Amino acid sequence: MRLKHLALGLAVVMAVPAAVTAAQAENGIFLPQFTYRTGPFAGSGIPIGNGIHDYLTMLNERDGGIGGVKIISEECEDGYNTQRGVQCYDSVKDRHPVLVTPYSTGITEQLIPRAAVDKIPILSMAYGLSASADGTDFPWIFNAPDTYWDGASAFIRYAANKDGGFGKLKGKTIGLLYLDHPYGREPIPLLQALAKDYGFHLKLYPVPLSSMQSQSSEWLDIRRDRPEWLYIQGWGAMNPAAVQEAARNGFRMDHLVGVWWSGGDDDARPAGPGGKGYTTLDINNVGTNFPAIQDILKYVVNKGKSQTPKSQVGENLYDRAVLNAVLMVEPIRIAQKLTGKKEVTGADVRRGLEALNITEARWKELGLPNFAEPVHLTCSDHNGHSKIFVVKWNGTKWIKQPGSLEPIHSKVQPLIDAAAAQYVKAHAGWPKRTEPCQKSS
Amino acid sequence: MDILYQIFVGPFVQMATAPDLLVQTLWDGLVSGVLYALIALGFVLIFKASGVFNFAQGIMVVFAALTLIGLHQDGLPAFVALALTVVVMFVLAVGIERLMLRPLVNQSDFILFMATFGLTYFLIGFGQLVFGGNPKVMITSDLWLPSGAIQYTGLGGYVQFQKIDIAAVIITSIMVAVLAVFFQRTRIGRALRAVADSHQAALSVGISLEQIWVIVWFAAGVVALATGIMWGARSNVDFSLEIVALKALPVLILGGLTSIPGAIVGGLIIGVGEKLADFYWGPLMGGGIEGWFPYVLALVFLVFRPQGLFGERIIERI
Repeated sequence: MRLKHLALGLAVVMAVPAAVTAAQAENGIFLPQFTYRTGPFAGSGIPIGNGIHDYLTMLNERDGGIGGVKIISEECEDGYNTQRGVQCYDSVKDRHPVLVTPYSTGITEQLIPRAAVDKIPILSMAYGLSASADGTDFPWIFNAPDTYWDGASAFIRYAANKDGGFGKLKGKTIGLLYLDHPYGREPIPLLQALAKDYGFHLKLYPVPLSSMQSQSSEWLDIRRDRPEWLYIQGWGAMNPAAVQEAARNGFRMDHLVGVWWSGGDDDARPAGPGGKGYTTLDINNVGTNFPAIQDILKYVVNKGKSQTPKSQVGENLYDRAVLNAVLMVEPIRIAQKLTGKKEVTGADVRRGLEALNITEARWKELGLPNFAEPVHLTCSDHNGHSKIFVVKWNGTKWIKQPGSLEPIHSKVQPLIDAAAAQYVKAHAGWPKRTEPCQKSS
Repeated sequence: MDILYQIFVGPFVQMATAPDLLVQTLWDGLVSGVLYALIALGFVLIFKASGVFNFAQGIMVVFAALTLIGLHQDGLPAFVALALTVVVMFVLAVGIERLMLRPLVNQSDFILFMATFGLTYFLIGFGQLVFGGNPKVMITSDLWLPSGAIQYTGLGGYVQFQKIDIAAVIITSIMVAVLAVFFQRTRIGRALRAVADSHQAALSVGISLEQIWVIVWFAAGVVALATGIMWGARSNVDFSLEIVALKALPVLILGGLTSIPGAIVGGLIIGVGEKLADFYWGPLMGGGIEGWFPYVLALVFLVFRPQGLFGERIIERI
């Protein structure tokens, strides 16, 4: 009797997920979300998780999903741990996700070889492997709208603009304060190339993971070297500690420039008034003054369908996540148009990504006027190398500065080509692209 | 030849030509050392009493700091929140003794060590549930901790002393001294050492194991609170603060797991040593050597004193 019950129970247990999966595949577009609401990087992971969740929920509530098909979004908590992130991927890949956004360079690098096999495109928005901007070698990986090399080159352009031209950089000292981790080291080759070309001295200040909270050694080095400009490529607790140390050491805050991932509100806030003037690159605008963000408030936050405190809607990382969600949704819309199907597959969305073209007018249609620079991807360019905003901390919030910065394409592209070729060479048997290009791309 | 100059001569020339930077490095090393000693002390207290390496010490730092900020955010004045946090750490110590340690009396050290893993994950989960994962700003000014810096001009430049660092050194020194006296000179201190030697023997002479454990876990909790305030003031308070526990490991290797003076002297040697090495020799190795240099330094000491600077000499009869 017991055996019979056990067998029946097992059958039910095994059948229910299969039935749920089938139902989900039929009744919606499955967009899993890898989050890190816990762990040492939760401070950055929470607003990102919230922003993506809220935008997708808003589309479900307001529009009934994408093209009338409900979005099924499910979070998998990885704690920013690569191994757990890969487990998250394994747990969702058989449920036909149309796109995966790992939100970690480490996880992205693990998934890159698997994307083509599983036919699931990966969107690592402005993070991950810079070389994956090359669509010819990485047809399933997308890292729009900018690579870290675009960011570092935009920083050098910013410094040159402020100092009176690239020629004025000659002989100056420029520092890179970075998390001693693959993510943090990413801009080094680009900055080394630019140092050679423009004649500035590049000083490197690696911050070990165990010293994120206390950077007195690095700031002693900075005091000795006296760099005119300092670029921060940090994450998590490293960022607020760096801004506080800069303020304590009397470093010129308007000469302290962070990459977009060093620009959370919680990165600048702990420095108090001393953090005023801290500047970061940005790929999105900030605030709530956009119709789509107002819709998020109306349909999601105010109705209690979000975990986001109202005061945090519109903060920099939250809006970054909204940008990320748009870059997830737009390719799905395009795929629906390209294929004539409502319920698209990962392969369809990959085509949609290669045909992605969000113009200024399209940003406006989306209810996000001037929210981000236009993003245009092609078959060979999976990044777009969009222009980059600059935001400045005014002591209480980020303020977008007028204009935007063009990355130095002539320096970035050769590095991408070389890095992609090197990756392919290092991975024996790396498949040649067989996917046809869209006519429009 | 050039490399030999850079290793054996260059750094000393730099020290002589820029004494302000040398003094600044030594001061920063001293501050770091005191803070490392504080973290190490939390480990030593518990190890002395129970022979357990408390894996949960790092998360106790986070938990204490988040409790303090959380209570303050709920509207309590800073010092009331501070006092209540101390009470919370006491309740935690009692809970640990009742629910974790008592059922494991006479179990092997390894089982107790694994139990502290469980405690870590419990505190992470419980902490996330109660306080959320958002970073919080330490209530430094509300606790009357000073801000700003004192700048001394001289020595061919200037030396900057952050007031918060001065406060950290003073508070930590007092705390360490009080704890050292309490555990070295009092009856409880002797009882503690007896418990560390043998649970059964201590029980047989009438020492209350439960009482001793509550006392040391509470003391470790108070140390964790002080650590959380001092380290939290330098960045944000969030779950990444747990990583500061890593800073204690080379200190423990060097100072020995059972010695309070060892934690202090070890902390200072590691703090000053890593700053000097990173500043003067780090550039030769691409910088960022403070992540691994303390371990090398500790291992070099271990070659000469395997039991650590002040650790008890291990004598095994064959």
